[in-house]
Amino acid sequence: MNHSRSWRARGLATVGISAALVLAACGGGGGGGQQGSSNQSAQAAFDAAYTSVVNPSDKKGGTLKFANPADWDSLDPGETYYGYAWNFARLYGRSLMMFKSAPGKEGNQLVPDLAEAPGQSSDGGKTWTYKLRKGVKFDDGTEVTSADVKYAVLRSIDKQTFPNGPTYWEAVLDLPSGYKGPYKSPNMNTDSAIETPDEYTIVFHTTNPFAAFEYLAQLPQTMPVPKDKDTGAKYRNSIVSTGPYKFADLQPGKGFNLVRNDQWDPATDPNRKALPDRFEVTVNVNADDIDNRLLSGDLDVDIATLGVQPAAQSRVLQDPNLKANADNPLTTRVQYTTINSTVPPLDNIECRKAIEYAMDRIAYQTAYGGEFAGGNLATTLLPPIIAGHTDFDLYPNGPDHKGDLDAAKKSLEACGQPNGFATNIAYRPERPKEKATAEAFQQALSRVGIKLTLKPYPAGDYFAQYCGLPPFVVKQKLGLCLMSWQSDWPDGFGYFSQIVDSRVIRETGGNTNLGVRIPEVDQMLDKALAELDTDKRNQIWGEIDKRVMEEAVIYPGVYARLLLLRSKNATNIFVSDAWGGYDYLGLGAQK
Amino acid sequence: MFAYIVRRLLWAVLLLIVLSMVTFSIFYLIPQLGGASPETLATRYVGRAATAETVHLTAERLGFFDPVPVQYWHWIKGVLVGAEYDYGAGVEHCPAPCLGYSFITKQPVWPELLDRAPVTISLVVGASLIWLVAGVTVGVISALRRGTVFDRGAMGVALAGVSLPIFFTGLVALAFFSYRLGITAPGGQFVPFSENPALWAYSLLLPWITLSFLFAAQYARLTRAGMLETMSEDYIRTARAKGLPERAVILKHALRGALTPVVTIFGLDVGLLLGGAVLTEKTFSLNGLGKYAYDGIVNNDLPKVLGVTLVAGFFVITANLIVDLLYGIIDPRVRLE
Amino acid sequence: MTTPALRDLVNRHPGQADQEPFLEVVDLRVHFPTDDGLVKSVDGLSFALDRGRTLGIVGESGSGKSVTSLAIMGLHTRPASDQKRPGAQLSGEIYLDGDELLGKTPEYVRSLRGKRMAMIFQDPLSAMNPYYTVGHQIIEAYRIHNPVNKKIARRHAINLLGRVGIPEPSSRVDAYPHQFSGGMRQRAMIAMALSCDPDLLIADEPTTALDVTVQAQILDLIRDLQNEFNSAVVLITHDLGVVAELADDLLVMYAGRAVEYGSADQLFNRPAHPYTWGLLGSMPRFDRTRSERLLAIQGTPPSLINVPPGCPFHPRCEYATRNEGRSEEVRPELAAVEPGHTVACHLSQTDREEIWEQEIVPKL
Repeated sequence: MNHSRSWRARGLATVGISAALVLAACGGGGGGGQQGSSNQSAQAAFDAAYTSVVNPSDKKGGTLKFANPADWDSLDPGETYYGYAWNFARLYGRSLMMFKSAPGKEGNQLVPDLAEAPGQSSDGGKTWTYKLRKGVKFDDGTEVTSADVKYAVLRSIDKQTFPNGPTYWEAVLDLPSGYKGPYKSPNMNTDSAIETPDEYTIVFHTTNPFAAFEYLAQLPQTMPVPKDKDTGAKYRNSIVSTGPYKFADLQPGKGFNLVRNDQWDPATDPNRKALPDRFEVTVNVNADDIDNRLLSGDLDVDIATLGVQPAAQSRVLQDPNLKANADNPLTTRVQYTTINSTVPPLDNIECRKAIEYAMDRIAYQTAYGGEFAGGNLATTLLPPIIAGHTDFDLYPNGPDHKGDLDAAKKSLEACGQPNGFATNIAYRPERPKEKATAEAFQQALSRVGIKLTLKPYPAGDYFAQYCGLPPFVVKQKLGLCLMSWQSDWPDGFGYFSQIVDSRVIRETGGNTNLGVRIPEVDQMLDKALAELDTDKRNQIWGEIDKRVMEEAVIYPGVYARLLLLRSKNATNIFVSDAWGGYDYLGLGAQK
Repeated sequence: MFAYIVRRLLWAVLLLIVLSMVTFSIFYLIPQLGGASPETLATRYVGRAATAETVHLTAERLGFFDPVPVQYWHWIKGVLVGAEYDYGAGVEHCPAPCLGYSFITKQPVWPELLDRAPVTISLVVGASLIWLVAGVTVGVISALRRGTVFDRGAMGVALAGVSLPIFFTGLVALAFFSYRLGITAPGGQFVPFSENPALWAYSLLLPWITLSFLFAAQYARLTRAGMLETMSEDYIRTARAKGLPERAVILKHALRGALTPVVTIFGLDVGLLLGGAVLTEKTFSLNGLGKYAYDGIVNNDLPKVLGVTLVAGFFVITANLIVDLLYGIIDPRVRLE
Repeated sequence: MTTPALRDLVNRHPGQADQEPFLEVVDLRVHFPTDDGLVKSVDGLSFALDRGRTLGIVGESGSGKSVTSLAIMGLHTRPASDQKRPGAQLSGEIYLDGDELLGKTPEYVRSLRGKRMAMIFQDPLSAMNPYYTVGHQIIEAYRIHNPVNKKIARRHAINLLGRVGIPEPSSRVDAYPHQFSGGMRQRAMIAMALSCDPDLLIADEPTTALDVTVQAQILDLIRDLQNEFNSAVVLITHDLGVVAELADDLLVMYAGRAVEYGSADQLFNRPAHPYTWGLLGSMPRFDRTRSERLLAIQGTPPSLINVPPGCPFHPRCEYATRNEGRSEEVRPELAAVEPGHTVACHLSQTDREEIWEQEIVPKL
């Protein structure tokens, strides 16, 4: 009597969900049973939240309901690696610096949060000093000191206890050798890495110049943690807050509420308005159900910032009423494909260029869902919203962007393969868009005689065992590997460091740099990190972008866009470039 | 009889042990056969862009460097006497039965199972009663009105119920009844019975009906077939010959015979479903054992999977045992002497 | 009521000549419309029976014996479970103690079933519900017509079981049908049938499924009970040996009709119909020598949809040729050969006696 539990019926589910949404929303704008439309000003337009604040209001109070289709990797700010988690963590924690809570490009600016002012650098960019604001308190009333910030950063280095978080500190700080974190190396002197000369001053020392340190200072790992209340891997269930809200009713795997932190002093915090009284968050909610609830007004935010599910996408885009209530931000994510120079005949740059010319970029975009759900056509590796991006196209693919077959054939002749060649293209079958893209490649390249064989590999081990394992790539002749990358934070270092630096490539696998090995680029990365002038530094990112593209080891597909639905209940809705989605800090609630 | 039950219980324990061993083996031995090392196993449990050292440390923390039998020994020891859990800033004692800590969420599995079991039990018990009553009723009426519009219609609807996947019917039902009409609870709103019985029933109403739709169909067909068979038996004629009213003939004599296979299958279905109505729970975002299993499977989280497998195994074995014991009552011809 | 002519033909026990018979069937016809045509299972049957007497109805399979008994019990009503099938068509009259049944509502007839008329069936294993104890089923039968509490009914059931000769009835009452031997099971069924002291008992092949030794016991039981309760008994069988034991009167059926009707004494000693001769000749008997073969009746039972014209038996009758073609064209009606003994046959009395003495008697 088993009802089949197979996954293959996902397609059926999509059809079914569309039917569900037809039922849900038929009969007039946006489903039934909620308080009138969200019009306080004029009806906001499609994508309005990128350039303006939708439903501006200073009204305090109300509750916002969030749902997560999965679960946090960890609520512990020392151990979380998702953009949405960092966005949200600012509600219950204050880091040294933070991304400004403002729409569009302005959201990309770093402003001091726990710190009084941006860090002071000295010693050629190897020392960074911050002064903390006074009067910032934990939710139990004790005041935050620099020792708490130091402790927070040091504990995050213990990767056995906290395997999930970013690993920048241990790579950048001048830590004593063999340091394993405060639990395992409690007595080691760590002043070489972080000093706290007084209660409100904290000094960081890096081994090499690190001009982009401000971006590290905004990491949630700098949110202070009181040592006497730290419970290691269990801290995620009992976080002490420094932000305007604190945890209540936390049920792991199910959800939690945030209520006002009465110890938060607005006088110490010019960055936050803290309008709602309460946040209710449920995790592990069915993703399609989330979309239904957003449409009916039963839910305010899909916190995962992945956009609506395919079933809802077509509904939203085709119904003008629904579309007017949606936003379509560009993100720091780029869908691209690596062209691996370790696999012959792609060791010859002309053969790689042939692929650059021959591929149909429109098909790439279509495979990812078109211009709204997929994104804009990409010709560079660095996405537009990261400073340093310049527009260039080294391999023009025809006026219709479907490929320049003549140029491709010329390149094939130049690399000695006039009739094309055969190789393999790897992708993750759990992602239908990647499959569709691989098939698009297959079709497009076959026009010039390049025969591709599709090679699916499971997503869970894609980086550990397959495309991210260099010997495997060579052995299985994976000439092309589909890839999708989003920067840790919106600057060149956050974007590039793990995908174009050849020195981070491990022969044992687990790489996200799938095939960029350009010594010149490595040097340019170091140079950028030593360049303290922000504008000059950003320029270097642009140059790195160009240099990588000159090697023809990357085929850029689309700059990803997300289709997001606005809440009917929330106020101050805006999209920030920092997150590629709604800024959670600014939101208020009508009820 | 007593000896029989004791024997069956011992078998049950043995079966559960074997179940745990098999699950363990699948999880650890098969990747080993594929050439995986402890580190490659551990890459699932670290964050994005983890360093090799993080991976190694994680493999160490999770015990992947021990041989598989040793890992199993640690686990079973934990089940029997409890285990110690190092959470970094200290060590926590996990009392028996300690089914380990989730690789992903680091929460202890046993308390989570206990927490989620009532949800699944609520879902299954409610739905099963509905489908039993609805299915049998429709089946009896269909049998009595064989060939009529009712019969054809009912069996047609039954076919739909069996064929339509629950994540379709569930989402459509939610979209229509919960969000459009607002008469049933939205997904993920479970309220424990002890907290508020009325809200408990309200939060489960739509999942109950949707899940039972699937099974009621099967039971209607089964009952109908059984009824048609028993109604042609000789003892029905005898019952009529005694002067019994037709209603008693149907309900006391015919139905009794038709129900024998139904009750047996019901016991087995409920046992199986208690192990996790995965699709229903996922669709309605109910935090029961099925959803727990799904989360565990998707994330390769062995302790969760192991925990749910054992619980599911327990329910199935128990259901089988109960059905076997009941069989002597259900069908006197098969009495266990 | 019956026409005077018919009444003459109907058997009466001397001494009860002034009374109406307890059970009287007049021109009963039971037809079943099927896809293949109209099956005339019973096509003009009449008989009468008094209390305290046993009527044996004898015939082959398909002769209409069981259909007749079911018609008396009112069990041809279209069952609720099969509304699509067109039901049986009944005509004629059935009088039970003066009460005409075919014109009554099904509900009325149901109230009589079990109470005034009861039936026992051929295979007690399949005729009893395997899921309930024997006691439960007897109690159920009793309580349909007697609103008493379960305790009283149970005591009554135990008594009945004892009365029908089942040892240790107080423990056997909680046994299931499959836990009885064949003979005991049939006794239990008899107990169930008699639970409400019915005035009419119809026994449809009660011993066919039983051993020969047990057969005798069951028949004895039926006779004892009949004497005790003064019930009328209709005994249906294809086995003349069974009937010889028990029946006062005998009705031979063929193709849905009576072909001979009289007292048992008359039919056994002076049978008049060639079919009856065939039945008697085909009985295995101890006093025949082994070398003599049994007399089989040649041919097969006729189709009840297309009954042969004229005398329905004529295709199988050795003597049909003596009737100058009448057997093929004209249907014989029941006519008396002696008081209380009727036969439906074209043979002249002379022919009949001649054949009887010269050909049949030597072979019996």
